[in-house]
Amino acid sequence: MKAMSKWNKSVALLTALILVLGVFAAGCGGNEESDAIKIGVNYELSGNVATYGTSCKNGIMLAFEEINKNDGVLGKQIEGVVQDNKSQNREARNVAEKLVSEGVVAVIGPATTGNVQAEEPVLTKAKIPLLATAATAPEVTYDEKTKKVRDYVFRVCIIDPDQSQVMANYIFDELKLKTGSILVDKGNDYSVGLGKTFKEYFTAKGGKIVAEEGFVDTDTAFKPQLTSISSKKPDFIYIPAYYNQVGLIIKQARELGVNLPIMGADGWDSPKLVDLATADSLNKCYFTNHYSVEDPAERIQNFVKAYQEKYDSTPDAFAALGYDAGYLMAEAIKQAGSPDPEKIQQAIADIKGFEGVTGKLSYDEKHNPIKEVSIIEMANGKQKLIKKMLPEH
Amino acid sequence: MQDLLQQLLNGLSQGSIYALIAVGYTMIYGIIQLINFAHGDVIMVGAYVALGAALMGFGFIPSLLMAMIACAILGVVIERVAYRKVRPVSRLAALTSAIGVSLFLEYIMMYFLGADIRTYPPGILVGRTYSLGGVLITNKDLLVLGTTLVLVVILQYIIFRTRTGKAMRAVSYDGQAAQLMGVNVNNTVAITFFIGSAMAAAAGILYGIYFNSVQPLMGLMPGLKAFIAAVLGGIGSIPGAMLGGILLGMTESLVAGFGGSMYRDAVAFIILILILLIKPTGLLGKGVQEKV
Repeated sequence: MKAMSKWNKSVALLTALILVLGVFAAGCGGNEESDAIKIGVNYELSGNVATYGTSCKNGIMLAFEEINKNDGVLGKQIEGVVQDNKSQNREARNVAEKLVSEGVVAVIGPATTGNVQAEEPVLTKAKIPLLATAATAPEVTYDEKTKKVRDYVFRVCIIDPDQSQVMANYIFDELKLKTGSILVDKGNDYSVGLGKTFKEYFTAKGGKIVAEEGFVDTDTAFKPQLTSISSKKPDFIYIPAYYNQVGLIIKQARELGVNLPIMGADGWDSPKLVDLATADSLNKCYFTNHYSVEDPAERIQNFVKAYQEKYDSTPDAFAALGYDAGYLMAEAIKQAGSPDPEKIQQAIADIKGFEGVTGKLSYDEKHNPIKEVSIIEMANGKQKLIKKMLPEH
Repeated sequence: MQDLLQQLLNGLSQGSIYALIAVGYTMIYGIIQLINFAHGDVIMVGAYVALGAALMGFGFIPSLLMAMIACAILGVVIERVAYRKVRPVSRLAALTSAIGVSLFLEYIMMYFLGADIRTYPPGILVGRTYSLGGVLITNKDLLVLGTTLVLVVILQYIIFRTRTGKAMRAVSYDGQAAQLMGVNVNNTVAITFFIGSAMAAAAGILYGIYFNSVQPLMGLMPGLKAFIAAVLGGIGSIPGAMLGGILLGMTESLVAGFGGSMYRDAVAFIILILILLIKPTGLLGKGVQEKV
């Protein structure tokens, strides 16, 4: 026990030392770059969704680096104040408070809906704009209860209903399939929400949903549901869930001889999907996403190249959204004419036709971006961009 | 009609996976009355060992054998380190220790190999689908069902026809009396773990190939379901575990396929509770005399 307390003491001392040094370092940094415009970067850099947060942060920092190389904004450099919220709601809030006290003029992040919602009251109170990158739930920017827009909250990603709307349009108008079925992860709000809005859009167009089935995230056997779905003779199956389940479902569907087209949403975007489902099974599968690495557009290919050079990995949709958030923030500061939080807030709301790698973006009255959704087909295990479609708002 | 047959078949293949795991559970319980909660995680370790072997280029059978040997040793080590000392003290202590081992295995694997899902190289078992009058069955279904049947027969033979089996039954019936009669109780328990864990490894590689995924928490849910299957069939009874597993799989499949998948677990477990209310010792459990 004595050894333990000694150990504890040295840990405590070491922690204190690091903290003191940290304060000094922060102090020094502040003095050197007192002229820089500080933007908070509040992300999930550790914890269970660390890959989402890390990708977003990488995209943002790449954007800031490029902007600073081109003389920054308003003649000043941008300084990204990066903080880890450990994928926890409470930490996201603490980080926001810390960022406010450090004098940031705006905050980008976090990645997930829950963490953005935890952070939002702090920034609204301080009147500092918040730009979310990947929080796709509608209520992030719009309070359903009071029917009021959250003035200081914006996002660069499309919202979930847009994804299901575009997929419903594509299936009905382009693939000419009229009878569908839906399979959702019933324990996941994202999946249930997409399934619900998809059904609304698809039936509103005149399509029919003949089967609705569900599963839970610990399931590994999906053949009962698939057998039941296939007995109702639909033309396709819509499965808005995460890749780890979708991979198994598609493989088992093909084993059961269910060769229907299968559609999904951005949760499919992972190289693991091909390992789990195998390339052959994934033929005739489509999903909606924020962007595609395969998109030949020059803007996108330049970004992919720069990202690969800096981080030695292929940018996923999160990285692309982060990159766009970085540039959008710089553009808003430029339009505002001064790094004043309230002016920046107004400037973001007024953004029109901003060209990003995830598409051309303008805001609607609920602070949701109106922009194109990419439809991606899996062809022999490779993602292929089919087309980009604009949802109706 | 064809749908019903297909659903029964879906249930049969899912159920035989439960059965395969449940057999190992029930055997260890039968000998030392310990619910070995780490059993599901030994399955996971087996799946990883086989994955490693497969990635090094070994085929199905060598990978299976390597996983079985590695897990048999792991099982004996777990028994020696975590159970032997606490077993005589109280059953509750042993159960707690088992939960500890379970969590230890899960998170040690997560620490070293990450939480990512991994998959077997596609060449390890080429999938084939056969059609029997419109009902589809894959070679993986047949493999799982066949393996379970073979293992049940082998286990029944070991327990009822060999000297080791006789010692196991003696220990199961009364450990102290067996010791007085010259049975080495510790060795017998170690052998039980050796066999039980080797079987878990076989279940692990089959489960991993069947669902084409291996991850540190993969043993958790099937372990739980298999435990229920073992209780349903009458814990301690090996044919009972097999029957319980298949029954559980079929119930789940039929409820999911016809009653609506939203209520699957709720309905399936109500049925199981009813069976246990009517026959508390489980379907093939016959009380104390035949625990093995």
